[in-house]
Amino acid sequence: MDEGLRSELSKQGVFTTTLQDLYNWSRRNSMWPLNFGLACCAIEMIAASMARFDIARFGAEVFRPSPRQADLMIVAGTVTKKMAPLVVRLYNQMPEPKYVIAMGACAISGGPFKQGYNVLKGIDRYLPVDIHIPGCPPKPEALLHGLIQLQQKVAAQSLTGEDRPRSLREDAPAEFPVPTYGPYDLQPPHNPEVWRPPVVVRDAAG
Amino acid sequence: MAGAPSYLFLAVLAAVATVFCVTPLVLARLWARWFAPPKPGPEKNAPYECGLPSPGETGVRFHSGYYLYALAFLIFDVEMLFLLPFAVAYAGLPAGAVLAMLGFVLLLVEGLVWAWRKGVLEWQ
Repeated sequence: MDEGLRSELSKQGVFTTTLQDLYNWSRRNSMWPLNFGLACCAIEMIAASMARFDIARFGAEVFRPSPRQADLMIVAGTVTKKMAPLVVRLYNQMPEPKYVIAMGACAISGGPFKQGYNVLKGIDRYLPVDIHIPGCPPKPEALLHGLIQLQQKVAAQSLTGEDRPRSLREDAPAEFPVPTYGPYDLQPPHNPEVWRPPVVVRDAAG
Repeated sequence: MAGAPSYLFLAVLAAVATVFCVTPLVLARLWARWFAPPKPGPEKNAPYECGLPSPGETGVRFHSGYYLYALAFLIFDVEMLFLLPFAVAYAGLPAGAVLAMLGFVLLLVEGLVWAWRKGVLEWQ
């Protein structure tokens, strides 16, 4: 719809919208997270859901203990290699459309345990992360900010066309491969379809 | 046929109620067909939802002796419920009540003796 016509109509008291906007408006304001904490970031996540920070103001207070009812996975904390297959399996069991917030340095990159032998160096090696929240741990305000960013991302998603999200593509994979425990590392160590780290190109003179 | 119009509104109400209930379901179904392509898979359809694969068989068989044991326990557990107020009020009870209670206990003792002779109390 033409923006000028829309603003002109709204001045006359006529509210216009599209089905897509209504759909995105309703689902971004009822984003149900999975009740799933891994480490100390989960304490901040709990604090964000309590009265002082009150994530309910943004419609995300309904923490679901079952992945079948959750829209949002907040990976809150250190993902050990022991835990990584479970995280991926839980993500697979969530219904589409689903989103992932990597909360804290550990979930993003392994954080202070990056050099350790038993910590996954970022959940984005296996899952498509929508929002990264830096911090160790991030404050509840940071989690709220990440949630608002995610809501803006959802609001901008279109239902049709080439740029429609992954969940609306029939050819997109339903499940991400769950890694298995190898002798030294998870097998495979990362999902090449999800994890595409930027390649740093340095010229010889630099 | 003076009462006929009053039944017509019932039919209308039933029709409206049906449409009111069915319309959201149909709309949700249509929306799901167009904008929520189903993507089932072995992981997604797994019955267990705590992240771990379920090990072993789900149909666990219990030893049938367990049920006999549990039944015998339950009977004497309930008997305790009756025996405690009986013991508390024992001094003030008439003879008839004591005899009735004796009969009750003897009936249960008879059952216990029967179960004992059947070998219920021995775990096999």
